[in-house]
Amino acid sequence: MTKSNVMEVPPKGGFTFDLCRRNTMLQQQGAKLPKFRKTGTTIVGLIFKDGVILGADTRATEGEIVCDKNCEKIHYLAPNISCCGAGTAADTENVTDMVSSQLVLHRYATGRESRVVTALTMLKSHLFRYQGQVSAALVLGGVDVTGPHLHAVYPHGSTDTLPFATMGSGSLAAMSVFESRYKENLTKEEGMEIVSAAICAGIFNDLGSGSNVDLCIITKARKEYLRNYQQPNPRSYSRSKGYDFKIGHTAVLSTKITQLRQHVQVLEGDAMEEE
Amino acid sequence: MDFSNFQAPGMYPYHASSSSKQAEKSYVDHPIMGPHNSSFTLMPEAPSKHTKYPYVTGTSVLGVKYKDGVLLASDTAASYGSTVRYKSVQRLKAVGKTTALGASGEISDFQAINELLDQLITNDYMWDDGNNLGPVEIHNYLNRLMYGRRNKFDPLWNSLVLGGVKNGQQYLGVVTMIGVHYVDDHVATGFGNHLARPIFRDEWRADMTHEEAVALLEKCMLVLFYRDRSAINKFQIANVTEAGVHISEPYALQTNWSYKAFENPTAGAVGSW
Repeated sequence: MTKSNVMEVPPKGGFTFDLCRRNTMLQQQGAKLPKFRKTGTTIVGLIFKDGVILGADTRATEGEIVCDKNCEKIHYLAPNISCCGAGTAADTENVTDMVSSQLVLHRYATGRESRVVTALTMLKSHLFRYQGQVSAALVLGGVDVTGPHLHAVYPHGSTDTLPFATMGSGSLAAMSVFESRYKENLTKEEGMEIVSAAICAGIFNDLGSGSNVDLCIITKARKEYLRNYQQPNPRSYSRSKGYDFKIGHTAVLSTKITQLRQHVQVLEGDAMEEE
Repeated sequence: MDFSNFQAPGMYPYHASSSSKQAEKSYVDHPIMGPHNSSFTLMPEAPSKHTKYPYVTGTSVLGVKYKDGVLLASDTAASYGSTVRYKSVQRLKAVGKTTALGASGEISDFQAINELLDQLITNDYMWDDGNNLGPVEIHNYLNRLMYGRRNKFDPLWNSLVLGGVKNGQQYLGVVTMIGVHYVDDHVATGFGNHLARPIFRDEWRADMTHEEAVALLEKCMLVLFYRDRSAINKFQIANVTEAGVHISEPYALQTNWSYKAFENPTAGAVGSW
């Protein structure tokens, strides 16, 4: 290697931020970064009497377009732990998958049920090492031997431990519902009611959130994942005459039929069998 | 009225600014002919005095219609950047007998608007023609005022909420600093749009009584106090009915900080908070 590279690989591995500087420089010169798929999003978590309830909307956006009307934002981490993700979809998916795998290995090593703080520490160490370049904002909740836990994890690696948390672009709308309705020692039904009201506030008041409400209720005994618990945005229009457009709806101006077989000439050997 | 030479009272355009944000050269030593006068080629051009940033600002104003009239609510804080500098600022004002005005944003611009509206109402009173300017007219006036200033790149840095009752009809509207204007059954400015409007959209009813409307506003103002850093726990409510405008004395709401989960929250996760 006689030519010296502009970008030097650090001797022991790790993340170089040179490309990040280059990207900002290019942006300042006018180049447009490709739009990545974000989850816009309203995600919430709430601690009730017996455990944790997580909620999320289901809209994924690419710039101004809704690219997925019904995506899943509540990710699996462990049998007793789940995580809602906001920010860049690839980042939330991959970071939760990665920590989920690490937790399996950890369970084998320790012989015990995973604890929420373990997942929390793994997530925050990873995110801090990447200095916010991994754009994942998470609401992590679960129940372990020490009780129910709820944490908010930010892209730069800081965490909050809270009785109720909201993240994403719809977090203010959802937080206004939580701040006005949250009480301690809620029952499961009250908790589900408040969480779905908060997600609906995000769906209807925030443009980055929409479609359906997903819930995940985690208690000591089990985890209930209620996919599309509420669908407040149904496709309600249906054309009264139906959608069966028979031949004759559109005028045919001319017809030309070209036989494909004409172009095939078998010069030698057997023609290919039909079927 | 001619606004081309309008200067807010008490604001001298040739006052040397000591703000570190304005790094432009100071022309204090040069004789200056006027803010928009560039036909004197021998003189150096007067420094640009267009409003670029707000300095002393008020936060959200909320407004709702109810059965008998309109309610406006705001807190009494004026912030200087990140400091809560003034804690007893009345950001609600009665305009004539039919209308109340609430403003968020730059307080000095709000005071200038108040002066103009006082002159407007006095002139209207002097006509003595049996008709008064109602909320619709004041709303239109404010809209032309704000839009005109925006077109000169010298905005009055406010979002205004205007509520009024005339001839039994309630009226509630908003004008922003760029001249966007609209009417609705419930409105908010600033942070109120994100924190209060979702609650209004869910819980507002056209036939609310005065008590119910006040309860709704108080619920939203409490959320704003919890979640808006420029808000304080000291509010005023303006009530506009057919009888007139009444602005309440400032009062505080009950807050709750004693959730058990806030006591030693990181017992299980040492190092976070």
